[in-house]
Amino acid sequence: MLEGLIARAISFAIRALTGARGLWRGCAPAEGLRVYYGNHASHGDFVLIWSALPLALRRNVRPVAGADYWNRDALRRYVIRAVFNGVLVERGPAATAAGDCDAAAKARAQDAIATLCEAVDGGASLIVFPEGTRNPGDGLLPFKSGIYHLACRRPELEFVPVWLDNLARVMPKGRVLPLPLLCTATFGEPLRLHAGEDKAAFVARARDALLALAPPEFIAEAAAKDAAA
Amino acid sequence: MIDSASITHSGFTGSRMQWLFLGIAGVLLLATLVAEFLRWRLHGNQRAGLDLERSRGVIDNLVARIRAWWLMAALVGAAFALGRVGVIVFFALVSLFALREFITLTPTRRGDYWALVAAFYVVLPWQYWLVYTGWYGLATLLIPVYAFLFLPILATSGGDTTRYLERAAKVQWGLMICVYCISHVPALLNLKIPGFEGGNLLLIAFLVIVVQSSDVLQYVWGKLAGKRLVAPKLSPSKTLEGFVGGVLSATALGAALWWITPFTPLQAAGMALVVNLMGFYGGLVMSAIKRDRGIKDWGHMIEGHGGMLDRLDSVCFAAPVFFHFTRYWFAVPG
Repeated sequence: MLEGLIARAISFAIRALTGARGLWRGCAPAEGLRVYYGNHASHGDFVLIWSALPLALRRNVRPVAGADYWNRDALRRYVIRAVFNGVLVERGPAATAAGDCDAAAKARAQDAIATLCEAVDGGASLIVFPEGTRNPGDGLLPFKSGIYHLACRRPELEFVPVWLDNLARVMPKGRVLPLPLLCTATFGEPLRLHAGEDKAAFVARARDALLALAPPEFIAEAAAKDAAA
Repeated sequence: MIDSASITHSGFTGSRMQWLFLGIAGVLLLATLVAEFLRWRLHGNQRAGLDLERSRGVIDNLVARIRAWWLMAALVGAAFALGRVGVIVFFALVSLFALREFITLTPTRRGDYWALVAAFYVVLPWQYWLVYTGWYGLATLLIPVYAFLFLPILATSGGDTTRYLERAAKVQWGLMICVYCISHVPALLNLKIPGFEGGNLLLIAFLVIVVQSSDVLQYVWGKLAGKRLVAPKLSPSKTLEGFVGGVLSATALGAALWWITPFTPLQAAGMALVVNLMGFYGGLVMSAIKRDRGIKDWGHMIEGHGGMLDRLDSVCFAAPVFFHFTRYWFAVPG
């Protein structure tokens, strides 16, 4: 009850501040097993996606969040668990440093996918950020392979790309005071894992689908950066 | 003596205000009836084809616009009913929404964070506080001088020199257009005009009505008789015929509204002409910025109108000039 009110209040605040709009370009809002995945630049990201969904859907949509960050104090624990019903997964430094050969990291990643499958089996849709961490720069970071492993285990899942525009300017990493600028969440066409598709191909396809929703000047800049790398 | 004079004046103002709002409601009612009639006739017309599809789009947009006009008139009316504080808070919010649109669509960089924090959280409220307290001197200097100097200083804190001059200019332009210019509308409340005590709300009404109807009349004249484009690169809808017809008819409307102002009919016409010309060029300048950014509308706040700035571009340019002309020639200093 109280948690519901807090969630609505946070959602209202972020809408009032950013005039948040959801643009359903590639699909309509619908129930069902979906994974909304977006670009990640701000703590408000999952709230923006969550707020852009119709009220009836929100209850069954759970943000996936890093346990290391959200377990750090009582307030954060309360917000992510009780208010947003988030799914907490262990990231740890090894996972972000692409330490796939590290046995501990591998086990942790396995656990994380198992946790996500459990949530999906419980009837929840998920909000994930495949860049793995908030992106301090301008482009789109390489995706982690988590969404591929999730897709392998639950091939019935629809992956919906959601491009978040401008939220990074509202609340840049490391700042506390938000700027009132207009934000949009653009929902693209859902994609699924093809039979026999390998990890690199699926992850690249998912990333391209997300980038395709970005403003043209952003796409040009990202392409230049990818070419240079 | 003075008290009784101002009481009779405010009584007079009250009745003029009532007539004014009744008049506005009448015009909007007429517009609604015409639009609904057009829609009804189009609906009854079963001829299929592109032409029908296009007129349906035009009429739907017209209906949406008129609905938004009702809402805007109601909001302005409510702000007027709340009096001085209501009007100042109302225009402060208008400035906030406009600045939000402006900064959103003119990209800044991470290094501008503190300058933007200062613009939104310090300069904007401060400017309206100065209007509230009636400190004319600082209200005139705060943004053109002090913000002009201090915001670029703040913007150096990020150490980012990429497009530095361009970024500094964008923040300053946003503040000038969206905060400084718009704040001159409620600042009209501070003018002391002999014989017009208690009537300043009507000055705001005069400015807003003349500028907005000039926009509408330019659109109507342009649709009816528009042939020659004034500035095809800047705006595909502004025609010479629309400009001349719109400005002249809105000037006539301004003259006809002389009874709500301290002006004679001729002076009211002159003021309306100046305000309409500024409004026209304001629309042109803001349209040039939009085109440079590759967008059609500033925002999506008002259905049928786009964003706050799409509706207010002409008011932004007209307000400071109207304020100063009135101040120089009609108000007592102070």
